[in-house]
Amino acid sequence: MKGNAFANQGESGPPPRRESGLWGWLNRRTGLDDLLRSALDEPIPGGARFAYIFGSGLLFIFISQVITGVFLALYYVPSADHAHTTVAYITKAVTAGSFLRSLHAYGASGMVVVLFLHLSQTYIYGSYKGRRELLWLSGCVLFGLILAMAFTGYLLPWDQRAYFATAVGTNAISEVPGIGEYMKRLIRGGTEMGTLTISRFFVAHIFLVPACIFALVAAHIFLFRKAGAAGPVNEDPYQPKQQPELFYPRQVLMDLSLTALLIAGLGLVCFFVPMQMGPPANPADAQYVPRPEWYYLPIFQWLKYWHGSAAIVGVLVIPTLLVLAILALPFLDRSVERRPWKRPIAMGAYAIVVFSLVSLGLRSQYLDRHDSGVAQQLAKQRAEENEYARKPFEPELSSASLAAANVTLADPLAAKGKTIFEGHSCNACHGDGGVGTAAAPALVGIKAKFSAEQLAELFKHPTAKMNAGGMPLVDLPSDDLKALIAYVESLK
Amino acid sequence: MFKGGFRTQGTQLSPSRPSLEGRRSFLGVLLGLGSFFVGALLSVPLIRFALFPLIRRTTELKSSPVGELSEFSPLTEPVIRTIQIEQVDGWRKAVSEKAIYVTKDSQGHLLVLTSICPHLGCTVPWNKERNQFVCPCHGAIYAADGTRVSGPSLRGMDALETSVQDDQLLVRFQYFRQLVSDKEVIG
Repeated sequence: MKGNAFANQGESGPPPRRESGLWGWLNRRTGLDDLLRSALDEPIPGGARFAYIFGSGLLFIFISQVITGVFLALYYVPSADHAHTTVAYITKAVTAGSFLRSLHAYGASGMVVVLFLHLSQTYIYGSYKGRRELLWLSGCVLFGLILAMAFTGYLLPWDQRAYFATAVGTNAISEVPGIGEYMKRLIRGGTEMGTLTISRFFVAHIFLVPACIFALVAAHIFLFRKAGAAGPVNEDPYQPKQQPELFYPRQVLMDLSLTALLIAGLGLVCFFVPMQMGPPANPADAQYVPRPEWYYLPIFQWLKYWHGSAAIVGVLVIPTLLVLAILALPFLDRSVERRPWKRPIAMGAYAIVVFSLVSLGLRSQYLDRHDSGVAQQLAKQRAEENEYARKPFEPELSSASLAAANVTLADPLAAKGKTIFEGHSCNACHGDGGVGTAAAPALVGIKAKFSAEQLAELFKHPTAKMNAGGMPLVDLPSDDLKALIAYVESLK
Repeated sequence: MFKGGFRTQGTQLSPSRPSLEGRRSFLGVLLGLGSFFVGALLSVPLIRFALFPLIRRTTELKSSPVGELSEFSPLTEPVIRTIQIEQVDGWRKAVSEKAIYVTKDSQGHLLVLTSICPHLGCTVPWNKERNQFVCPCHGAIYAADGTRVSGPSLRGMDALETSVQDDQLLVRFQYFRQLVSDKEVIG
């Protein structure tokens, strides 16, 4: 159909518009054709290159994260009581659940990797130059937002690993002088981690941060198209002079090759090495050695070096200066020179930062392996995770059944009373567990109205109302009566 | 309105425009089809994930053990037993206790009756002296095998589905609609 539309354009001149049929109608209503063409016909100075593929790769993973995230929310419950059970349900019971959860969890790691490549390409190619300050700034904010997504999402399974990594992460915030402690409580929803922390992280993870990301991705793409593709390193960032090539088809194909690689790579890893989950968070576990996800290891290691009065330098001053320097980059570096070999300071700074991050991460790994106590504990934690992963899914006991079980467990006298209650068919009228029926009122919460003595008195001398309702006289040995009263008083 | 839409970017294309266009649109169709198939492939796990509650039973009631068969063979009158019923609901389960009667029908086969009166839902006690079930709420009376004798109820006491496994009597507890003459499961 598309081929036919173009077949009759033997001569030069504007190509005929495909105005017939459904597509024509849709196009007259929406202008989709023009939109598609202006999207695909973006000129790239100097031609298509594999160096430019990371931006659309990021967009692809982000869309994948949105889709898998929405589907995971079909079963997930953000509460300290149920979060772990529901994630275990997704992983162990729901069809394709382990695969989708792995796709979402590994997708986060994949995103950090592609983000690093995209940022490195922009930096090394000097693509932030030439009226691209806002483009760079929006990219920096997106970087922060993606790290925030990784941080908030990590807690949600509420297993040991998630709980303790987030406890450490939020603790680090309290090192900030003055407002640190307040910030920590704000993020946690209290001084300690708990169910309110999950609520906050959940809202940030699925509403607040994604909304910001959507808005900034739109701004980022708009600003990119406004400034135009920067092209190769020897191109003028203000006035591109090299022969341009349109985005479609070659650059699209190159971009799609990365997408295909990501699909295949993530798909294979998720299928053969699915993401694990550990036993539920146990805040009382004092032995647990927390470790963050790999991309947070450099920061984790960095924070270890700063204690006491020096903490302000390591936790606040240096990171703030670094972030400010990164944000201000296109304002500080005003030269039009883009060739990396002519930008020794920029490249030196890049090398130092990357080297520091890698060495900090490796150092953290090295220390863990060479401290026998830590290594042992980490191995034990991994073993516990593997053991938990092998167990079949166990549904959570609902609170109603727990309450019933607790009565029998907590007080033997009340337990005896329960058998009397049922043996004398009190439940025939007052309902199972004293919930009440059409024939007689509920007994739940009766303790608030009558004391044990008053109840004993009522059993012996029923009121007129009780007699009218058909309540029989309770004539029991005093021990049994005591047990019955204990049971009735325990009803909640 | 669409004028110039195609070349708004003012780019230079190669002179052999028609054949390039042809190639571009052929590739477009190919890419469209390719994306469609990859997309379809990727949506398979998503669909399986979302349809899980339709494919697999996510709400189920397991049969509960009542006791050894031999325990009930010398039965001469209905005995009350408390069974634990486990109701699975997605990722959670509720465990509750229900009273049931084990009795025998006219042919002497084991019969399990719910203790819930089919009239208005009171628990029906066994009256030893009268050798009948007598509901204390509205006076419905049933025979030892649960058949209706007299009173306001429109049907006899409800028998539950039973099965035998390893000489264990199992029962599937269910609720039935009250105030109707036919037994009708409500959950």
